Amino acid sequence: MAASPHTLSSRLLTGWVGGCVWYLEGRAMQESPREFIRLFRSVRKQWMTFQHFTFLRRMYVTQLNRSLNQQVKRKPEPTVSPFLERSSLAQAKAETCAMRPLPPPHLPLARKPNDKELLELESASVIEGSLDVGRETKEEKQWKEMKLHLDDLPGILARLSKIKLTALVVSTTSAGFALAPGPFDLPCFLLTFVGTGLASCAANSINQFFEVPFDSNMNRTKNRPLVRGQISPLLAVSFATCCAVPGVALLTWGVNPLTGALGVFNIFLYTCCYTPLKKISIANTWVGAVVGAIPPVMGWTAATGSLDAGAFLLGGILYSWQFPHFNALSWGLREDYSRGGYCMMSVTHPALCRRVALRHCLALIGLSAAAPVLDVTTWTFPAISLPINLYISYLGFRFYVDADRKSSRKLFFCSLWHLPLFLLLMLTCKRPPGATCAGGEPRG
Amino acid sequence: MAALRPRRRALVSPLCRAFSGPGCQLAPERAGERRDTAPSRVSGFCPPRKSCHDWIGPPDKHSNLRPVHFYVPENESPLEQKLRKLRQETQEWNQQFWANQNLTFCREKEEFIRSRLKAKGLELRTGSGQKATLDAEEMADFYKEFLSKNFQKHLCYNRLTADAEGAVESEN
Repeated sequence: MAASPHTLSSRLLTGWVGGCVWYLEGRAMQESPREFIRLFRSVRKQWMTFQHFTFLRRMYVTQLNRSLNQQVKRKPEPTVSPFLERSSLAQAKAETCAMRPLPPPHLPLARKPNDKELLELESASVIEGSLDVGRETKEEKQWKEMKLHLDDLPGILARLSKIKLTALVVSTTSAGFALAPGPFDLPCFLLTFVGTGLASCAANSINQFFEVPFDSNMNRTKNRPLVRGQISPLLAVSFATCCAVPGVALLTWGVNPLTGALGVFNIFLYTCCYTPLKKISIANTWVGAVVGAIPPVMGWTAATGSLDAGAFLLGGILYSWQFPHFNALSWGLREDYSRGGYCMMSVTHPALCRRVALRHCLALIGLSAAAPVLDVTTWTFPAISLPINLYISYLGFRFYVDADRKSSRKLFFCSLWHLPLFLLLMLTCKRPPGATCAGGEPRG
Repeated sequence: MAALRPRRRALVSPLCRAFSGPGCQLAPERAGERRDTAPSRVSGFCPPRKSCHDWIGPPDKHSNLRPVHFYVPENESPLEQKLRKLRQETQEWNQQFWANQNLTFCREKEEFIRSRLKAKGLELRTGSGQKATLDAEEMADFYKEFLSKNFQKHLCYNRLTADAEGAVESEN
């Protein structure tokens, strides 16, 4: 009995996806053998056929994945998704949309059976009377009390503040700080780090607060905390305020007023300009690129206290990077954007979308050459960053020409590793103190 | 425990309600006329009696929004009742808008696929019985057309949303 669900599911799914399910089944067997025995007893009681039992067993097994993820209606997204989601999505592909509830009320239903199983079901002696009970119980189980559980709160707040994105933003700020001339001031760095992080958390939370009905309708965003009701809007806004106020205060009084002002401006730009503009005009992408460009500028101004050429260079690099990154991502989301009413280049001006992405990939090459001219790095930098810049430009070109999902995904994933590597190379080639741009060779 | 419960509930319930809001927080201005045309979305769900919180359900199959069953406390003040009713109306209005939006999208998408396949001289189903689909680039024309057709509708929706947010905030 224990072996068969494993082999059955492994036959359904291939490769590592099957491996995931196999692992989960193993866990299920260990954790709730009693459920299985109860199922077995109910089967005998109701004189079901063997095929029906096989179907029920498969339902039980697939239900485990279901309980870990939200039910999926559409095909998977190209963006990074947890592997568990992927395994349940693969299973969803194997089954169609016909709805047939099953009699035993204590067996939680999750998956919709496919055509073959429907026939098996109809051939079995199904008790009609308990159908409604089964359906209601299933629906009831999906209702959740909107009570705040304190142990879940850190995870919820992390998702609300888009912690991974915040981490990326803070790392670009750190790069800006580290690339700025002058001795490295650790306390100042830490204050900038924390202040920018808090400001980013605040901006992301407000953005999610504004976009709940839209997020509910898009696959990429439908598992966000406000959409699922895991946190109330009031708490989300309170959290945003509790991040924004100390964050901006830290930046203004702990670092310098210029950095604080940039932080406030960026929060405003993101929540009050970019977010509403998404539904009005494609100009939102350019505004969003500025939002992404400001954090490294903040890092620079935190270290130097002024907006000099180096700050603008770093801002320019991040600005240009946003386009291949976002345009490639948006290529695979056109259906969701169209249905949700988002004005994105990929939907309204697809040729422009690809052209702009390519243009900015090439701009990155130019900006890397400007770095030694502006005394930010040595001339080694444009040389050693040329391979990765050429590669992303090549992918940008492929995206421009092919205009398909495959090339957009390749460009998007490349942008994810291109930026950290680019900044790291910049850091290693940082102009040492005292050296000038004449000659270009580093001293010492 | 039973004696403590009502007192604790009196303290906890306003907090519960403050911190257990729904997924959408907007109030409609034209809810009255909308409600006449809105199909009833009452689900059979009833929360357990001892619960003093709102309950949130699975995503609606048309609107993808999660319905919220609002908790009605025994000592609800008129203002609290007004807020609850506003939230309920908002929820229904939002549900209706998005259900309509999604159904229209699906219907127009099907029509588009059918017309394109017909223009190409292909059947709606392939030899293996699978539904024939168009590739992403062909669908892109539809997405662009749908977005521009519904642009005004979305503009009005977003404007109403922005205006109404102020109303609910002032009530809150």
